[in-house]
Amino acid sequence: MAKYLMLKHYRGAPAPVNNVPMNEWTPQEISDHIQYMHDFAAKLEKTGEFVDGQALAPEGSWVRYDGEGRPPVTDGPFAETKDLIAGWMIIDVDSHERAIELAGELSAAPGAGGKPIHEWLEVRPFLAAPPTIPACPHG
Amino acid sequence: MNEGRLRSLTPSVLAILVRRGADFAAAEDAVQDALVEAIRVWPSDPPRDPKGWLVTVAWRRFLDATRSEVARRRREELIEDEPAPGPTSALDDTLQLYFLCAHPSLTPSSAVALTLRAVGGLTTRQIAAAYLVPEATMAQRISRAKRTVSDVRLDQPGDVATVLRVLYLVFNEGYSGDVDLAVEAIRLTRQLAAVIDHPEVAGLLALMLLHHARRAARTAPDGSLVPLAEQDRARWDTAAIADGVQILQAALARDRLGEFQAQAAIAALHADATGAAETDWVQIVEWYDELVRLTDSPVVRLNRAVAVGEADGPRAGLAAFATLDPALPRYAAVAAYLHERDGDLPTAARLYAEAAHRAPNLAERDHLTRQAARLNARGVAEVRE
Repeated sequence: MAKYLMLKHYRGAPAPVNNVPMNEWTPQEISDHIQYMHDFAAKLEKTGEFVDGQALAPEGSWVRYDGEGRPPVTDGPFAETKDLIAGWMIIDVDSHERAIELAGELSAAPGAGGKPIHEWLEVRPFLAAPPTIPACPHG
Repeated sequence: MNEGRLRSLTPSVLAILVRRGADFAAAEDAVQDALVEAIRVWPSDPPRDPKGWLVTVAWRRFLDATRSEVARRRREELIEDEPAPGPTSALDDTLQLYFLCAHPSLTPSSAVALTLRAVGGLTTRQIAAAYLVPEATMAQRISRAKRTVSDVRLDQPGDVATVLRVLYLVFNEGYSGDVDLAVEAIRLTRQLAAVIDHPEVAGLLALMLLHHARRAARTAPDGSLVPLAEQDRARWDTAAIADGVQILQAALARDRLGEFQAQAAIAALHADATGAAETDWVQIVEWYDELVRLTDSPVVRLNRAVAVGEADGPRAGLAAFATLDPALPRYAAVAAYLHERDGDLPTAARLYAEAAHRAPNLAERDHLTRQAARLNARGVAEVRE
């Protein structure tokens, strides 16, 4: 089994095919979209592939250490950042192919006009703990 | 005996162990073990005296746990130092534990966790599941909390207000895992009300009951939020409402008004209305005036502006709203609502979208996005006609 992170972006991803902002959909289209996301997560829970899913607020700040005895420096909101993460789902699947298949399915969530959004999702494999049997037999 | 009844014995059993000389942290672990054992054994072999059984088993566990050489020496000292039998404190045992677990030296999250375990009798696993953190994390939080209060003497009276804040936090956490924290908060507040006569304890209990009564009607089958005005009032729990109103009336009759009683009074006025249109908004505004006087909170002023909008019209609401700080939580949502009521739909739609952007949770974000979508869809329809 291998874990994958599926990342959804507020911005930074290439534009989706069905590119209409959510507040310009009909209320029913919004409900249908949310239902699709619930059903997708529920299905993965049933197949034993769901690990976690969370959404992030669009606003946050950059923070860094500013030396001994000084409060951290903060900056933000992320006005100039190109990339802004909206949320994630972590899955635990048998293969890379399966991860790609599921991301494709998630990207098909319906949007305006009830048609798939074709949203670009970022799929990133986890760097897991090394296997008990070393990959290199001489290692 | 159901689990709730069993857990209601937790604080007095714990207090007995502490009075016998066990330190709080070890006693709390021992009581926790005894509760787990009780859940295992009692269904097939119920004890005649549940509390006596718990005390015996917990004390044995405590002794087992302290059986090392160092501990034995300490135990011998304890026996020598054991205080004379008889009343050791004027304060009720259960009440002392509430004060200890809400001690001001604890952070809010630690106070909540310790209260749920030492007063509520929940297991660490249940508390962890309810707060969606790993069990090991919650175990650490609880043991740190116990260390923090280890030097606090149990016979010192505490501040009821700190206890109420902890119970309020538990209630607001809602529901996840196999423990319903809202129900647990109501149980703990009711138990507190039984050992201390304080109108604000009654006020908080009434507030919880009145909000809990509406819970089933607050979400649609698809999980979306249903605003108060659109709720199916037939789904409200009338028994809980009657209970809450009665508790509140008794508290208000004592003429020592506080924040929770005033909040409960507002909830009671909503519960009392047969429909949204029948709501007594004028009286609700008066209660908000009391709340402003008691708390001087900007959040209260924001909610008051909504009530003024209902009582005296959206223009009056917008006027009450005008002086508030735009950085307040839900500022844009309130602005959107008042502008919609005032007939300015494009402004309302824009503000709903902004409010969705700033929403503190997903359910609210989805709700606000739907509000924006509803107004935008109507705008498109009007242009097309």
